Amino acid sequence: MEHYLSLFVRSIFIDNMALSFFLGMCTFLAISKKIQAALGLGIAVTVVLAVTVPLNNLLYTYLLADGALAWAGLPDLDLSFLGLISYIGVIAAVVQIMEMFLDKYVPALYNALGVFLPLITVNCAILGAALFMVERDYNFGESVVFGVGSGVGWGLAIVALAGIREKLKYSDVPDGLQGLGITFMAAGLMALGFMSFGGIDI
Amino acid sequence: MESVKETLTGPIFKNNPIALQILGICSALAVTSSLKVTLVMCVALTVVTAFSNLLISSIRKQIPGSIRIIVQMVIIASLVIVVDQFLKAYAFTISKQLSVFVGLIITNCIVMGRAEAFAMKNPPLPSFIDGIGNGLGYSVILIAVAVIRELFGAGKLLGIEILPLVTEGGWYNPNGLLLLPPSAFFLIGLLIWGLRSVRKEQVEKPDFKLARHTAVGEGA
Repeated sequence: MEHYLSLFVRSIFIDNMALSFFLGMCTFLAISKKIQAALGLGIAVTVVLAVTVPLNNLLYTYLLADGALAWAGLPDLDLSFLGLISYIGVIAAVVQIMEMFLDKYVPALYNALGVFLPLITVNCAILGAALFMVERDYNFGESVVFGVGSGVGWGLAIVALAGIREKLKYSDVPDGLQGLGITFMAAGLMALGFMSFGGIDI
Repeated sequence: MESVKETLTGPIFKNNPIALQILGICSALAVTSSLKVTLVMCVALTVVTAFSNLLISSIRKQIPGSIRIIVQMVIIASLVIVVDQFLKAYAFTISKQLSVFVGLIITNCIVMGRAEAFAMKNPPLPSFIDGIGNGLGYSVILIAVAVIRELFGAGKLLGIEILPLVTEGGWYNPNGLLLLPPSAFFLIGLLIWGLRSVRKEQVEKPDFKLARHTAVGEGA
């Protein structure tokens, strides 16, 4: 249990997807003008990560890893080079299914998240989390915790940045730094702040 | 011929994918702490963008509109797999250092963005050149950031010592912050500032403008 808790805290704060690996930066910078929108996107990313990382973990362990096809009588087969294309396929499919499911059964949530869902397929935080999961050899339980944790971490970062930007629009920024430039600076300072979580270990 | 040159060089400064269009930032920040890794990443991205543009453009009339994203995704993913396998075979240490970022070329918005915005509407050859141009625009920013980070953070370029470090009997005291992730944010922010000071038309309009200060009356 302790191990999972430690992994959870680690994936939220120390290995924050947005601020220490720079994943999902495009959407991170583009959709962080308003807290409301940022919160919606953060929740959508968390849900998608919580579903796709464990799914990709199963796919990797039982189909793609070296010798994983032993149950089908093919012990020498190593399909791991097909990883990239399978993960992105799973992600695109899950996002699509989720969009249809929400539209049919939870219309309120669909209206809130609707515009963000298609964006998520090309959000590198999702594919990045799948690749990190493979690189670090997480088992199924760990991948669930890692998926949820990194989603929450990413959401936290984007909501915090949106809060800063909402205040920033009233400040007198030099012309060239207006908009994108000052956002980079703010994100840089946030990344410095998140680095101070570095030594924490449970 | 003029238009070919325009497609090739336009994205480098005038319409830079990173500085102006905010595309492909993730890898720009993450891989720039050493110049060698950055160069490999730039070549990989340019190759993928160019060939994905070429391939998508040559079958653009056969792709049904409703599933075009998936088709583009499959083409890009296959190209990235080829690049990834190639790097694993011929540059294993660099491929290890790049870790997940080669795979993340798939979701790099520059590749998707160009496929969607240019390759779907133009013939193969201009699309190929547009891919190379955008790859170069991306490379210019990445290399600039990587040179600054490696030179002032470690006193080296491509692993060759330029500024002798204090720890090795030289005079240069390295700025460790530059090797850490946050410095990439500051450097790109400053680069954008520099670029927009030269090209004023790229400056974004502020949401609010401070009103001029006016005194209400004497002694107020």
